[in-house]
Order: sequence, then structure tokens, then C-alpha cells
Amino acid sequence: MNSAPANSKELLLEVKDLAVEFDTYGGTVQAVRGVNFSVEEGKTLAIVGESGCGKSVTVQSMMGLIPMPPGRITSGSARLKGHEILGRTIVNGKEIRGSEIGMIFQDPMTSLNPTMTIGDQIAEPLQVHRGYSYKKAFAEAIRLLEMSKIPEAAKRARQYPFEFSGGMLQRAMIAMAIACKPSILIADEPTTALDVTIQAQILDLLQDLQKETGMAIILITHDLGVVARMADEVAVMYAGKIVEHGMVDDVFYRSAHPYTLGLKDAMPNNDPSLQHELKPIEGSPPDLFSPPQGCGYTARCPYAMQICSKQQGENTYLTEHHFSRCWLHNSASPNKPDQLYFKEGA
Amino acid sequence: MSNLLEVVELTKFFDMGRNQRVHAVEDVSLTVAEKEIVGLVGESGSGKSTFGKTVLGLHDKTSGQVKFRGEVLPQKYQPKDYRRLATNMQMIFQDPYSSLNPRMTIGEIVGEGLKLHENPGASVIKERVALWLEKVGLQPDHMSRYPHEFSGGQRQRIGIARAMILEPEFVVCDEPISALDVSVQAQVINLLGELKESMGLTLLFIAHDLSMVRYVSDRMAVMYLGSLVEVGKSDEVYFDPKHPYTEVLIGSNPEPDPKLERSRPSTAIQGEIPSPVNVPAGCRFANRCPKVMDVCKNVTPQLIPLKDVDRQVACHLYQ
Repeated sequence: MNSAPANSKELLLEVKDLAVEFDTYGGTVQAVRGVNFSVEEGKTLAIVGESGCGKSVTVQSMMGLIPMPPGRITSGSARLKGHEILGRTIVNGKEIRGSEIGMIFQDPMTSLNPTMTIGDQIAEPLQVHRGYSYKKAFAEAIRLLEMSKIPEAAKRARQYPFEFSGGMLQRAMIAMAIACKPSILIADEPTTALDVTIQAQILDLLQDLQKETGMAIILITHDLGVVARMADEVAVMYAGKIVEHGMVDDVFYRSAHPYTLGLKDAMPNNDPSLQHELKPIEGSPPDLFSPPQGCGYTARCPYAMQICSKQQGENTYLTEHHFSRCWLHNSASPNKPDQLYFKEGA
Repeated sequence: MSNLLEVVELTKFFDMGRNQRVHAVEDVSLTVAEKEIVGLVGESGSGKSTFGKTVLGLHDKTSGQVKFRGEVLPQKYQPKDYRRLATNMQMIFQDPYSSLNPRMTIGEIVGEGLKLHENPGASVIKERVALWLEKVGLQPDHMSRYPHEFSGGQRQRIGIARAMILEPEFVVCDEPISALDVSVQAQVINLLGELKESMGLTLLFIAHDLSMVRYVSDRMAVMYLGSLVEVGKSDEVYFDPKHPYTEVLIGSNPEPDPKLERSRPSTAIQGEIPSPVNVPAGCRFANRCPKVMDVCKNVTPQLIPLKDVDRQVACHLYQ
């Protein structure tokens, strides 16, 4: 069914200039303000940032999960295998939601229907999208639960969500999300509500499934440890924009945006010799009712210059795939802090 | 250093009726020295919050003793006990949203303890509240506002001011940062560190984030299903765990270091923490333990000190 040519370099999803607003009583919130990224087949892109930076809204807009009104996609495009998906529900005769893109959520407890058995809930997308009979769909649901490494799958499929633990529910959610063999799995903070031992199990499961099915994963998280563990590429978001993007090693070892550096310094690291000091990022993210004219990070940035509050910096490419959106990388910048990575010779 | 707090074989069961009991905390002994920070880690359901609350008398003890400065605290607190002890022992709660009364102003929330205990008069209370709001990084004029006007990090600061205004000696911090963003976590941790220094506080820091506990605390105690499995100096436990459960817990904690993460094997273990209603016989970790032996399924290992290192471990591998 899903017989896209297995060209490894083909871009599966390409998002350009996406902007999303919400009308509220307090005014219009500009939640996402021009986001560009792409996802390759079989790869994992992690979107990192604090609460309220627009990570979830970005992916929800692709799934058609933004309530309109009050939400509004003001600009941009998202092309899945070359077909526009923004504002549409069906592409190439297949429904996007659930069929082309699967999604799992942070809180499995509230994302499942408490009055349906787990098996019925997993069977539902197969009946809807694939036209399976109930019997066939339920048998497939049991197979999917086994794939998600749920013991005694046949018995578990007949149980209700309240009979499952948090980790088991997240496995059931994953089984449901991959039921129709989506080409992309969006995982929105999939392990935030779970304990570390269960988190490790779920992350292993996601990696195994990715190897088996070749699906791409968009992982939304604020935990840099999870990013280091899972991601091929990382996009760091702040105040509705991507401020740094690159391969995982680039972003971790050659951080080029002050916000990325701030996030890293605010976390305890694992260096035994160093009495590492936690450096919090002072202040809080800007109000997106009236987003700042310049760079959103100016008020909290230790290296802020005059121009930062007036104008947004350009994306400066340090390598072909690694960019930072910061004035410090401009050749005219007098300040080149040692902690940040700069293009050689710049 | 003398021990400020001494917990001896503390046990807390909750009766569920029908002859069923939740074995939340069983035979836990732990000492906390003066001006020390002890981190208590474990998965959810391991009984760490119950332990913290029972130590403070928020739950009645089923058995065991809690000694504070050598004084044995009552098994079941009466109102007069709370009144007397609340000035010495305080708590900071996990959820900064549900732990503040939405119908009280910040001034009332922070000043309430002072009003109940010392009652120095409205103007003094107002002064002290203003002072404490400043100390935790808020503005004195926030006093007349309500909790909904503040962000999570600010609310947690309000919770800290409320706990600190009586200038207690001992504070239980029950997951004070797990509901906060990374950048804000560091702000709250540093604030607690500063207050600890300036007030000479002793802290029991309950958390599930191991790297944060290692950073914050002098000693670390690891709890599993109601009992302690390992106690030792934080750095030593973190870099050289002895108990298989501690090893698993630390191995499962992803580090913000992609090269390290790629190089280390997955240590995910199967299974989940068993129900504290039907506690397994023998070692409680036996059914998930990668190094399980026959003896583990029958005999409960005791928490005993190791020979060569300053460490207590409850595991048959070392007995």
C-alpha cells in the first residue's frame, strides 16, 4: 500500500514558513511564527524547547488538530511526499490523520476512551481507514499489541484502559498510532509522564519499531537526555521560531545559539570531575500576544546586542545542515563568545 | 556533625478494607545530619512521598520512630503537636498549581503560618511577607495578587516562601521541580541552594530525576517498593552504583550527550514496579532484577554497610 520509492534522500515531509495564530479574549497569540523544517524517511527529528514555544502547535497543524476558530494557519505549507497537507484531511485518497501520520500524546490516560476496550480502540482505525472487518481488525490489534511488546496481548486486548498501567497505556497508544503503517509518527512528549525505567522501555520500543517499519519520527520533548538518545536531527524552538537546527552532534557539541547553550547549562551534566554549576536562564519566555520585534530571546540573552531587540537575525549556516538564527554569527558582530561555536574563519 | 533527624524502622501501611493493606513504607531507617541534603529517589509508587509526609507527621505512623534532635516525635500528631513542630519542620509540595489555595491572596498564603504561630500583628506579618517574597525573587507588591496570576516557577517560589517564613530547620521538598521547565528548574534549585546556605537548612529532597538529585544532595537514598535498597554519598552512588536496581535506574536516565548515549548499551529492564498491596516475598526487586539468584525469591535482604566503601546496600550479592 505504502509503496513510495525507497530513496533514502527523499524528503518525506517539508514544512515551509508555517505560521499559526489563535484568537483569544486577550488578543491574538502568534504561537508559531514562520517555521521551516524537513523530515527524511526513517530518521528522527527532535523539536526541543520550553512550554509555550510552539512545538505542539507546529505538529498539530499538520495533523489538522488545530481548532479553527479560534486557531488560524496564516501562512506556510507542509508537503508530505510532495502533496500539500495543510488544511486538508485527505491526500492521494488516504486520510492523513491516523493513516499517513500517526500520533501519540503525552498523557496516555486521558488520550484513550475509557469506555472502549484497548483492542477495540486499536481496531477502530483499521476499520475506518482500511475497511477491515471487525474480526480481522481485532486480530490485527492483538498482533500490534504484541509488536508493542505487551505480554498476554490477546487477554490485554479485551481489557479497558483503567486496567493498564501508564507505561502499558503508552504502548497501547503506540500500537494504535502505527496500526495503519504511517510514514511519520509524531510523538508529543511521549515519556514525560513516565518513570525513567519505563521511559527507557518506551524509547527502545520506538527505536525498534522505526527499524522494523522505516517510519520517520518527529519527537517533541524538553528533555535533552531523550534528544541525545533518540534524535538524528534537532530543531531548537523558542518563541514560535526555530533558532537552531542541525544534526544532533552539531547542536550538542557545536551549539551556535545562546538559547541552546542556556538550555544545556541549566541541566545537570554527568561530568564527575567538574563541580558543574547550574546556570538558570533568568526571566521567562516573551509574551506572544505582542511578540518582540527582534529576536524573541533578547531579554534573556547574556550576549544581547542593540540590534537584537530591533530586528530578527538571519539564519546563518555553519555547515550545510546546521544553522543558527542569531546576530552573533553576522560578520559585523564585534562579540564572538567562546562558549558558542562559530564558523571557522568567521 | 550531629544527626538532626533520625528515622528508625519507619513503617506506614494504608488499610484498604477487605483485609488488604498498601505497604507504602516498610522498615525504613535513615538519618539526616544537620545542614545536610539527603536526596530520596525512586520510581512513582516507591513510597518516597509517603515517607516524607510520614516523617513530618502528615500521616500517622504504623510503627517505628522519628527522632528530631533526639526527641521522639509522637506516633499520631495532635493539633498541639503540629503547632509546636511546624515551626521546625516544613514541606514544599510537588504541584505548584494544586498546593496554593486559589481563593487566597499571595500575602495570605505566605503569611498564614506566621499568623497562626507567632501572630505578631498585621503590619509585622506584612513586612515579613514582603521580605520573603523578595528573598525568593518576587516583588512585595505581588502580595495582593492571586495564584492564577503567576507562572509555575513563580508559584513554586511562593510555596518556598510559605515554607521558609517560619524559618524551619528541616524542610521536606517533595519533587519541587518536576512540574517546571528546564530553565526554570535551575532557578528554583539555585534558590533552594542559596536559602540552604543562608539559613543553615537541612533538606530531604525527594525526586525522580537522578542527575538533579546527584547535583543537589550530599547523600542519596534509593527507594524501591517501600524499602531502601541503597544509601551513600551522591557522587559515589551515581558513578558506582552497587545495587542492581540503582544500576538500572542510573542506566535508564538518558544523559544530554549523544556520543555517550550511542555508545552505551540499552539497560531497559522488563516489567514494572509491583503493586504495594501484594508485596513479593524475599527481595522486592527480584522479579525484575537482571542478577537474580535463588535466595532472592525467599529471603529479604537487609540494608547493611559494605566493607570497603561508605555505602549501605540491601542485596544478597553483598551479604
